[in-house]
Amino acid sequence: MLKGGVIMDVVNPEQAKIAEDAGAVAVMALERVPSDIRRDGGVSRMSDPEMIMGIQETVTIPVMAKARIGHFVEAQILESLNVDYIDESEVLTPADETHHIDKWAFTVPFVCGATNLGEALRRISEGACMIRSKGEAGTGNIVEATRHLRSILGDIGKITKADKAEQFEWAKQLQAPLPLVQEIAETGELPVPMFCAGGIATPADAAMTMQLGAQSVFVGSGIFKSSDPARMAEAVVQATLNYKDPAILAKVSTGLGDAMKGLEMATLETKMAERGW
Amino acid sequence: MLALQGAFALHLQAIDRLAATGLAVRGVPVKTAAELAECDALIMPGGESTTMSMLLDSQELFAPLKKAIHGGLPVFGTCAGMILLSSEILDGRSDQNCFEALDIKVRRNAYGAQVESFETALSVDGLDEPFHAVFIRAPGVEALGAGVEVVSKHQEEPVMCRSGSVLACSFHPELTNDDRLHRLFLESIAGATSSGKATG
Repeated sequence: MLKGGVIMDVVNPEQAKIAEDAGAVAVMALERVPSDIRRDGGVSRMSDPEMIMGIQETVTIPVMAKARIGHFVEAQILESLNVDYIDESEVLTPADETHHIDKWAFTVPFVCGATNLGEALRRISEGACMIRSKGEAGTGNIVEATRHLRSILGDIGKITKADKAEQFEWAKQLQAPLPLVQEIAETGELPVPMFCAGGIATPADAAMTMQLGAQSVFVGSGIFKSSDPARMAEAVVQATLNYKDPAILAKVSTGLGDAMKGLEMATLETKMAERGW
Repeated sequence: MLALQGAFALHLQAIDRLAATGLAVRGVPVKTAAELAECDALIMPGGESTTMSMLLDSQELFAPLKKAIHGGLPVFGTCAGMILLSSEILDGRSDQNCFEALDIKVRRNAYGAQVESFETALSVDGLDEPFHAVFIRAPGVEALGAGVEVVSKHQEEPVMCRSGSVLACSFHPELTNDDRLHRLFLESIAGATSSGKATG
């Protein structure tokens, strides 16, 4: 029930309150936003349950939390905390270089990242209930999110034009289950909601991903690394709602102060989007 | 169709399917007061009621919508939509607004968190066969005012209520491809027939 909304990364109850006040549809509770994870280095893990519970007590909107790729015990712990969704996230350091979590073994719904349609369908076959394009988290640079969204949605478009014989080839190329490819050929969309994440730093970024076809947006460092988080948060929510209306986008983009300082892809030591198999 | 946030796209598909069966309805998304003014009936979808309540304010839609509903606009609220139509919200934010259109007291997430979501077959007044209902972070009805009719119950608790032209349910009727509740609302409450009414 998160469609048409903004999910914001928060690191404490105060930020969660700001996010809810701005109209966020959910918050992602994590210890450090991706840009700080990037800066600090080291192994990044699931957050302290105390911090997650503090946020759950503060807001009435759903609370998500991140588990490392393949770390099914972190997921078990998060499920026992009654978080509303688990993000099996490439932003944290992977715990398994071959396997993702068997998400069918859980009741709590999972969201997973994807850079292309094959990755998205493999995550869905493992039980993910939502897909988000990965982008490159913590950079404030939208270019990777755009690439991933265009790749996923572009291939969906091509599959709808494929005949039955070509659908087998698509399944092979994508390394994805044939029944999911056949379903996409019929419906023209993923069988689960498709959101966008990674690098969204301004209201215009959020609106662009919505125009490209995302159904909701995740904003990580973009809110709380800007100079006026409360205003930025509200502006991104307004932009996501009114994403087709340039006059409103102009209004909400006005006088926001500095957006987060962004990074060029060529300068990155770690590309988080490459984590996931 | 109120289209600020949430499951509005699936509701619009349900309306389209009904239109294809010959019911004289047309579904349009509503985000502004001008779009609202074009509608003869409104569906308020599930989603996050806290978020929707804020967006109703920021889109300057709360006051015109409240006036329209109290002026007799037929409205069907599902899940978060039920919360917004109620007269009192428990376990919500203290500043969360509601339309006071249906004299019920609702408790947010009364059926538990996301992991406690469930599906069940409900008997609904006006339907011959049970309806398969999906409950997700669903609101519970804790008190009913005079004149509120209970249309369906789950384990003796009301989950679907009606008062005049206002209908609300705790669950998500748009998640199944069963359009009988949409038809019930459009025909019996909004008065849709085979001769021309636009529905938002």
